[in-house]
Amino acid sequence: MGMAGSLTHESIQGPPPPPIEGGWGDGDGGNEGRGSSRRASFTGLWVLLAASTMVFAAFTSAMVVRRGLSDDWASTPKPPILFLNTAVLLLSSAALDMARRALKAGARERFNTWWTTGTVLGFLFLGGQTIAWLQLKDAGVFISTNPSSSFFYVLTACHAFHLLGGLCALLYVDVQALRLRLGPAKRTAIDISAIFWHFLDGLWLYLMVLFYVWG
Amino acid sequence: MSAPAHASAHHAPSGFWRKYVFSLDHKVIGIQYYFLGLFSVFLGMSLSLLMRFHMVNPEAKVSWFAKLWPTAAAGGIMTPELYLSLMTMHGTIMVFFVLTTVPQSGFGNYFLPIQIGAEDMAFPVLNMMSFWTTFLALVVMVSAFFVQGGAPLAGWTAYPPLSGAGRITGPGEGMGQTLWIISIAIFCGASLMGAINFIATTVDLRCKGMKLMRMPLTCWTWLVTAILGLLGFAVLLAAGVLLILDRVAGSSFFLPSGLFISDQIIANHKGGSPLLWQHLFWFFGHPEVYIAILPGMGVTSHLLATFARKPIFGYKAMVYAVLAIGFLGFLVWGHHMFMSGMNPYSAMAFSVLTMCIGVPSAIKTFNWIGTLWGGKIHFTTAMMFALGFVSLFISGGLSGIFLGQPALDLYFHDTYFVVGHFHMIMGVAAIFGMFAGTFYWFPKMFGRMMNETLGKIHFYLTFLGVYGIFTPMHYVGIVGNPRRYSDFSNVEYLAGVIPVHQFMTYCAYVTVAAQIIFVVNLFWSIRKGPKAPVNPWNATSLEWTIPSPPPFDNFAGVHPVVYHGPYEYSVPGVERDFIMQTDAPNPVPAEG
Repeated sequence: MGMAGSLTHESIQGPPPPPIEGGWGDGDGGNEGRGSSRRASFTGLWVLLAASTMVFAAFTSAMVVRRGLSDDWASTPKPPILFLNTAVLLLSSAALDMARRALKAGARERFNTWWTTGTVLGFLFLGGQTIAWLQLKDAGVFISTNPSSSFFYVLTACHAFHLLGGLCALLYVDVQALRLRLGPAKRTAIDISAIFWHFLDGLWLYLMVLFYVWG
Repeated sequence: MSAPAHASAHHAPSGFWRKYVFSLDHKVIGIQYYFLGLFSVFLGMSLSLLMRFHMVNPEAKVSWFAKLWPTAAAGGIMTPELYLSLMTMHGTIMVFFVLTTVPQSGFGNYFLPIQIGAEDMAFPVLNMMSFWTTFLALVVMVSAFFVQGGAPLAGWTAYPPLSGAGRITGPGEGMGQTLWIISIAIFCGASLMGAINFIATTVDLRCKGMKLMRMPLTCWTWLVTAILGLLGFAVLLAAGVLLILDRVAGSSFFLPSGLFISDQIIANHKGGSPLLWQHLFWFFGHPEVYIAILPGMGVTSHLLATFARKPIFGYKAMVYAVLAIGFLGFLVWGHHMFMSGMNPYSAMAFSVLTMCIGVPSAIKTFNWIGTLWGGKIHFTTAMMFALGFVSLFISGGLSGIFLGQPALDLYFHDTYFVVGHFHMIMGVAAIFGMFAGTFYWFPKMFGRMMNETLGKIHFYLTFLGVYGIFTPMHYVGIVGNPRRYSDFSNVEYLAGVIPVHQFMTYCAYVTVAAQIIFVVNLFWSIRKGPKAPVNPWNATSLEWTIPSPPPFDNFAGVHPVVYHGPYEYSVPGVERDFIMQTDAPNPVPAEG
């Protein structure tokens, strides 16, 4: 109240704020209430992707060093189903983007179909990865067999772990969509989960190159 | 889900669980982190007390040792293995659950949203999960004491092969070490969640007029710390996954062939590289040093300006120095590995980069002194701890210059010189930052003032005590006293330093006793301290515009607007000697 500098209505409704320079988040009042805003959600997503990238960068550098340091590296036979899985994952990403286009055009039913297709394809990819692991196991290639197989299992498992998170997000959006509850706030969830899914796509392509070139 | 665009007060949840336990309120979460850190710091301190006691009384038979550790201290005499496990847990608990947790997750959680004019963190649910994940990590870590074989003994750096080969390398290296790695992995997850929240909040939730260059320096240090945590903990998580696979899945990432441990040849591992772990660990580990110290620098800058009643000297230089320290922090991990037989050219590169960090560090130090110069200094307890921070930062920083030289480090590396160095700069300096923050922000957090007399007694005892403990360590290190040894009473060339060790141990007793004064002051003041006004320190930043303690949504539904920088003290021609960040721009007085 009488305290120096306390927040009074005078100070809030006083003269207009000084001109604000543009640039990276310039405090222009994007903060409009408790909890997450759309902008903050995107920032959070980019930051999350940076963290995931660092995890895979760490694994990659460990792999390069481990491969270069020793003479016990023997290339792991890659199950051919990996290529099929790659195609499935790419298709699922494409389906999600078709869904987003449909939503922009206001075609909600088409959105539901495409998004559900993308989600199912995502599960199919995970199933395909499981088959790949089982095939390796049947061929007698385990995590302890060779440093190359160790890294194969670690990287694919870590990718699958990320994928599980992504699938939860896709499934959440899908359930909301099928229950016809896609308010404006859900658009953020749609965009975020789609971008995360595309990231997992790119990550998988990178891993494929890594496996076939250095694995 | 979606936030309302209009200004209206939000009401706090009324249920006990939602309000105090699984709270989404950043202020409650900040206080939860603070008390988690307080518990951890006393646990870690107790362990160090046992170590200091044992060092000067290696033969002592203590009956309750035998009760606590029937095998590791059979007959009441501490075994070297028990000593190592105390050392490991002391380092781990202090680094992760105190230095990483309190300055950033505790104070940062509480004050970052308020200082930038936001109602909460960007992702309150994530924030709550982050705290409870940290709590889980602490539970898992402490449980390592109670499993068969006890706590791990590979140090807080967990170097393989000691940490990777399993039970055969020592009693705590079975279940205890496994739990250690699991706990650290959980902690990494918690820190990543926290980092995402801090960055998104700072970037997107600043109120009108709060330009980046108007943020208090505390916010800058929390932001840079979050970035360091984001990049660092991700790498530690990856390294931890590989290490645990070496232990439980039989892989050989870090374990080489031909290991011979406890009279046995280890046949199931081959080709791994222990140095690979060191690279991954220290890529995290060096930024971790700055994760611990940067928030302390922010608090110190903030307090020196407030209590010297002067603008911070060189605000922009301070911001760029923090950014430079954060950036360079990722390029110098090799200076922890000069001993590893690295190529001398690599060592030289790491050494030069390490020296480069001296430049932004010196900028900060000169600017602190420049801020004090000619100021009307108010010697509050908070201010004295901030001054103590500057002192410790200089003392600890200077010995770092010696350790950054590969040739000197080869000699110093495994001696007490290093122990003295990192305790001064990373441990005690950061702790002084926390004390400064506690005394400064306590009125806002709990609505009451702390006792200044008790605070000053606590300060003087602690300040003299820590210098008494850690300064002689440099000396015994130069003499060649190795670190990590539980007993050197029968080493001829060290006979002369035993009295020095006794002195350090006495200083440790005094310092620990002084902390009881702090705890009494803290809890007494929470209940009985005199009521705090809105702005007891005549400070300028946003937290001092709202009631103590703040309402549930900080600004009672109004959106503050900022017109000034954070350090406008002793402004000529102004009635009070300061301008709040929310004060109307000069000279037009607000109407009404």
